[in-house]
Amino acid sequence: MRIPPRITQVGAVAVLGAATALTLGILVFIVVFVLQKGIPVVGWRFLLDNPDDMGKAGGIFPTVVASIVLPLLAVLVALPLGVGTAVYLTEYTRETKGTRFIRFGTDCLAGIPSIIFGLFGFIFFVTILRMGWSLLSGGLTLALMILPTIIRTSEEAIKAVPQAYREVSLSLGATRWRTIVKVVLPNALPGILTGVMLGIGRSIGETAAVIFTAGSSLRMPGTVFDSARTMSVHFYILAREGISTENAYGTAAVLILSVLLVNAVAYWLMHRFMARKHA
Amino acid sequence: MQVFGENTVRRILMGIAFSALFGLLLIALFIVKEGFPFLVKVGLRDFLLSSTWDPQAGRYGIYPMVVASLWVTLGAMVVGAPLGIAGAIFLTEFMPKPVMRVVKPTIELLAGIPSVVYGFIGVMVVAPIIRGHWGGPGLSVLGGSVILGVMVLPTIMSISTDVIAAVPQSFREGSFALGATRWQTVRMVVLKAARSGIVASVILGMGRAVGETMAVIMVTGNAAKVPHSMLDSVRTLTANIALEMGYATGLHRQALFATGIVLFVFIMILNTIAGAAIKQKARRR
Repeated sequence: MRIPPRITQVGAVAVLGAATALTLGILVFIVVFVLQKGIPVVGWRFLLDNPDDMGKAGGIFPTVVASIVLPLLAVLVALPLGVGTAVYLTEYTRETKGTRFIRFGTDCLAGIPSIIFGLFGFIFFVTILRMGWSLLSGGLTLALMILPTIIRTSEEAIKAVPQAYREVSLSLGATRWRTIVKVVLPNALPGILTGVMLGIGRSIGETAAVIFTAGSSLRMPGTVFDSARTMSVHFYILAREGISTENAYGTAAVLILSVLLVNAVAYWLMHRFMARKHA
Repeated sequence: MQVFGENTVRRILMGIAFSALFGLLLIALFIVKEGFPFLVKVGLRDFLLSSTWDPQAGRYGIYPMVVASLWVTLGAMVVGAPLGIAGAIFLTEFMPKPVMRVVKPTIELLAGIPSVVYGFIGVMVVAPIIRGHWGGPGLSVLGGSVILGVMVLPTIMSISTDVIAAVPQSFREGSFALGATRWQTVRMVVLKAARSGIVASVILGMGRAVGETMAVIMVTGNAAKVPHSMLDSVRTLTANIALEMGYATGLHRQALFATGIVLFVFIMILNTIAGAAIKQKARRR
């Protein structure tokens, strides 16, 4: 017997709706579960005290500092490279074999798993360039990892700047480069910053690439040449070695909140950028 | 006033533009440089097909890890792909636009949950459930599959949503005009048109699952043995690298880099297939 289309329609909607609700439910559950157990642990003392006894007691201050410095270092390196690449691809060349090659390289880099970045950073920055386990080694490794994101978002932001803006500037006698610096980039800025925030968010949450390059020293780093432990690495060590479940939940709560906050800013920027483009 | 001439600027930018490609080559070069001598010495066949991993005894067979990575990844797809694709269909075709505008960013936001957190949830929530219901250590292929499946959900869902939304509206209107219901339209028209893009989203999710490390270390138990059931503890390729990298030296360290080469090749194959699927779609347009 053939089931009438109206019935299959209702059934399909029910199944699809249930799947969507389940997906959202699981993701929200993860966040709520961690926050519920972690938030009671978190306070100013937790954030600003030094850890005692390998993190069994005390706060997580050095790891918070490392989680701020490391992503900033990564962005400092990746931003000029990423925006430079995007400007070249959009403003200085047409689609050629060369640009297809660059895009292919960017896509491949984006797909490489973080453990491979960790292996590479360990052998290249830590060992061969003798930077040791340090914020610098970690920052450079993460820079490579977030480069594709920054290239892609910058490229889209630059493409979205109306052609007329460039024509006006050029007709006033500005050179191409001056047009880019004074007209194109300022207008593409919110879009570029979206990529930066996404890169920062990914860097904060990253563990595998960081643990082998920045190391896991719990001391407060004095310079970028010192080893440091980020919040995500600290959380991983606390949880895996069973040092303190309570502090692990606390660290996880801070970690999740920072990543969600950074990503929320990224989406807010993107939204504003899109809204202006359509206006 | 401009310090550099236009041509200098162009040349500098061109140099910068090759940075990502240069980085990729550098990574490939150094992983291969460290791992290749090992492959030559031990032989690719012994390395891939021998099932004893015992660095102290000089036995380096990664067959158990290859099998583990395949099982966990396929398991993750069984969990993640249907949910992700169903969610994407519901979001684009059946949900009111204003609701979708809230739900889609929420899911993309949640894609940022760090992998260590997923691993932790696996240990605290998923593993005890598995242990309680089906026995075994709990930290297992099944646990890894569930956690990775959930982890790749946002990836699959958000790419599939974009792909489905990109199917021209006229396709749907044509189908409605013939008297088809919404679901018939989705099944017979929209999904056909979006097929290769959805496949690409699943393959990209697979790439993410194969490459995931920290979450997997936490939930799969890490025994370097060939698994016989979904409840056995396993060690994936990525876990093998991360667990022993801290103290490995000499031939042992080279073996880990060689594991990295295998992983690298795996990922490149998956990405190439995904890229081809997307391109095929672009050509049809």
